Amino acid sequence: MALHRGRGFAAINYPIGMNLGGDPSQALVHSNPGGKFMVALSSIDLGQGMKSVTRQIAAETLGVPVEDVYVDTADSDTGPHCMGSFASRGTHRVGNAVIEAAKEARSVMLEAAAEELEVDPADLVTDGKGNIHVKGAPSRSISTAEACGAAQFKQGRTVSGRGIFLIPLSEVDPETGEQTPVSCFAHAAMIVDVEVDDETGEVSVLEMNSAYELGRALNPRLVEQQLVGGAWMGMSHAAWETTEPYYPDRDHGPIDFNGYLMPGPGDIAKHNIAILERPAPDGPYGGKGPGEMCANPVLPAVVNAVFNAVGVRIDELPVTPEKVLRGIRANGGAQPQGRR
Amino acid sequence: MARKPLQFHLNGSEKAVFVEDGQNLLDVLRRGVGDLTPKYGCGQGACGTCTVLIDGEPHLSCLTLAETVEGRQITTTAGLAQGADLHPLQKAFMDNFAAQCGYCTPGMLLAAKALLDRNPNPSREDVVEAISGNICRCTGYEPIIDAILEAAKSRGFRQFG
Ligand code: FES
Ligand code: FES
Repeated sequence: MALHRGRGFAAINYPIGMNLGGDPSQALVHSNPGGKFMVALSSIDLGQGMKSVTRQIAAETLGVPVEDVYVDTADSDTGPHCMGSFASRGTHRVGNAVIEAAKEARSVMLEAAAEELEVDPADLVTDGKGNIHVKGAPSRSISTAEACGAAQFKQGRTVSGRGIFLIPLSEVDPETGEQTPVSCFAHAAMIVDVEVDDETGEVSVLEMNSAYELGRALNPRLVEQQLVGGAWMGMSHAAWETTEPYYPDRDHGPIDFNGYLMPGPGDIAKHNIAILERPAPDGPYGGKGPGEMCANPVLPAVVNAVFNAVGVRIDELPVTPEKVLRGIRANGGAQPQGRR
Repeated sequence: MARKPLQFHLNGSEKAVFVEDGQNLLDVLRRGVGDLTPKYGCGQGACGTCTVLIDGEPHLSCLTLAETVEGRQITTTAGLAQGADLHPLQKAFMDNFAAQCGYCTPGMLLAAKALLDRNPNPSREDVVEAISGNICRCTGYEPIIDAILEAAKSRGFRQFG
């Protein structure tokens, strides 16, 4: 009767978005007469930070302060079409659509400013603080609010832009079977340390060490937040959560939070994270986005760590004490694999 | 169904409503007096997001019969900030990115407030214990624990009460 330590490793190559029909998302951007910008999306922020990231992307592209941008994700009846918040596609797909829409709105804003300043719009730059001025001559300037106001009250222009991001559907080559389903991959590697009790079959995750490559981290704190929370969910999927924990009768399954197990605040493992930024060529400002990949590597790494600890190869999740004990019994006892 | 008058104090102001027999406090807060900050998660006492303070003690409002709070003081998340000034716990939650979807946050804040009100210098274990009845699906708990410990250290906490 003993506790056995084990270490497991997993690495993943994670596709951003999908390509079943192009995977499109759209964005509409417009300014009000006071120079504040509205980004209209149907993409839902589930807490992953879609609103924060698209707001940053719009502000950066428009050349206005982030405080001057609002993101409205309220309603798929009134917003432009989006495939949805899934497949880790939000930052990449929606971000690209926002850039396109913001570029168009920016060019109208600069045309309006140029008309007011009686200069060529190509000579104008934004300072990101709410001003537009002639390149090399900062005194010849107009505020973004004045430019947007003039457009809408004097010149008769809407300061607005439309954006869509669509990767053309990749057909399968009938000769070779080749296809390009995905344009952008993120990557991760994770090492998990566990402790397995060979008397109870219980598995405790002691520590996780991970490295994530997810393009440019557009909002580093949100990225870190997702990785911390996502790894917890991965750990939960690996060793706790199941709707079918007992056999053979489905009626013995959980029907509420008392029976559906998840790690609580006392069960969390230390998680050291390294974030590597390799900007994606087709990502918005190089971003890919963490998405579901936050949880994924934890599962195989835990399974591998259990094998390393007691020599039991679990091939059906989650790793319940019962499966571990049955495995140990089938092997005639725990068989620690040793450190490699 | 019989309706009875009920009076209580919500975040310092007096409330008078009619409640039905067996109506729970969460329902009275949300539908009766329009305070939407306590959330409905499970309705059966297992998730903690409906937590409110009754005379300073944390209670699950989904399991509390409304008529039992006659004359008592109820605190919800709506009562934490003072005007534009966030409560130190709210600020610490923000600074530590302790919310993603935010659904658990009202319950977490009040469970934490109840802890810090009776124990201003909690250990990490004390914090874990205090929020162990509150489920969070998003954050992995660590940022929440860190936020509560940080709020405990912040000097402003005492003044807010
Ligand atoms: S709603 Fe009250 S505990 Fe879940
Ligand atoms: S932040 Fe989503 S449940 Fe806690």
